[in-house]
Amino acid sequence: MGCMATAESYVLAIGTKKGLWLARSTDRKEWSLSGPYFLMSEIPSIGIDTRGDNPRIMVGVRSEHWGPTVAHSDDLGATWTEPEQGAIKFPEGTDAALERIWQIYPDSASRPGVVWAGCEPISVWKSTDGGEHFELNRGLWDHPHRSEWGAGYGGAAAHSIVVNPSGENVHVAMSTGGVYRSLDGGASWEARNKGISAYFMPDPNPEFGQCVHKIAADAAVEGRLYAQNHHGVYRTDDNGENWISIADGLPADFGFVMLTHPRREGTAWVIPIKADSERIPPDGRLAVHRTDDAGESWKRLDVGLPDHEYNAVLRDAAAVDTAEPTGVYFGTRGGSVYASADEGESFIEVASHLPDVLCVRAAVVSGVVSTDVAAELAAASAPSGLPA
Amino acid sequence: MPDITVVLPSVLQPLAGGQSYLTTPADGAVTVESLLDAVTGDYPVLARRLRDETGSLRRYVNIYVNGEEVRRLKGLDTEVAAGQEVLIIQSVAGG
Repeated sequence: MGCMATAESYVLAIGTKKGLWLARSTDRKEWSLSGPYFLMSEIPSIGIDTRGDNPRIMVGVRSEHWGPTVAHSDDLGATWTEPEQGAIKFPEGTDAALERIWQIYPDSASRPGVVWAGCEPISVWKSTDGGEHFELNRGLWDHPHRSEWGAGYGGAAAHSIVVNPSGENVHVAMSTGGVYRSLDGGASWEARNKGISAYFMPDPNPEFGQCVHKIAADAAVEGRLYAQNHHGVYRTDDNGENWISIADGLPADFGFVMLTHPRREGTAWVIPIKADSERIPPDGRLAVHRTDDAGESWKRLDVGLPDHEYNAVLRDAAAVDTAEPTGVYFGTRGGSVYASADEGESFIEVASHLPDVLCVRAAVVSGVVSTDVAAELAAASAPSGLPA
Repeated sequence: MPDITVVLPSVLQPLAGGQSYLTTPADGAVTVESLLDAVTGDYPVLARRLRDETGSLRRYVNIYVNGEEVRRLKGLDTEVAAGQEVLIIQSVAGG
């Protein structure tokens, strides 16, 4: 029987094609799994907001039948709330309807309550009430390029949002369209793709139209971002003005994931996929690659990962936590989820045989926790379907 | 005044307070669109499950009037006579 203690614990939220699972741990070695929540709805986006007194888990939920919505839980999954009028709703006059929520991004601790969302059709949204209601970013929606943005295989979406510490610089990545930058907190936007290849277009170096799969900001160097492109891995040191290749040393320059360290300069992780035309880990050998020098060199990390794996890892199916050392997490389309408590040096399997993993997010949660996480999880009910 | 009854699939009933059907009084024919407006007015989450924010019926939601799916009739402009029953059924979709 567990007792109560004031301690840090870890929560790992796993969004899949057919529901959400939550894993809890007190040591990042032993994990207890609960779920499914929202059974038969896909969960393509998760945000864990640890800025308030209680961690809030926000999920983008999408039912093939009943459409998309945003729900949140303030008790680590025991209960879920869905705003009656819907958290994200295209305003009248746009003649658009929300298809899918691809990204839920809690802003910095200095802007509590601010949460960004990236959606399909390509759009960016901002909430100032902790993710309960979002407003459409008109600057991007009304951008003259919008009619020329296209759809990647998974749909046309804004899938990455990065906000700098001051809140003035906002970078968005979309497939397809590429990277757009705002220097005024999101009021106006310009394409910033110089150096990023769009080999699939007649002009391989267009102003926009690139298929950037994921971007992430360096934690310590202002203006430095990393991008995993549809072939190509890049870094910018000048706030997106120029992108340079950092793919040398990787087994492949295709992939979907780009993660950065929460505090340390120059550290990023990618999970290479062989090629656009062959979407499996290179040679069927799954590995994470980490750079500690901003992409000058890469280290292959595969301890604890299976010898053979033919499933890809999707763009949001990977995450870091904020612990020291940093935890690295990812899930495959084959339903396996792996966790590392040592920045990728070694992994353990947290879950297996789940539906396709679309999104994972991890967080350190503080407060009074049961030392018997399994019992605590068993006590929590798991709502089944979207309309619960 | 006769009612028009809208029968809900079991999966949506929790969004209507557990009711298996919703009714609205009608003294003549009404369109499916105004019928949905009337019966889901108190249940905004249910309303969003059926139609998106443009008012369009979600792709895999089927509504039957007199045994005919409304897309084969006049869509949401299909008229429903007073006293009729309307069925909402999720289509066979998914993997």
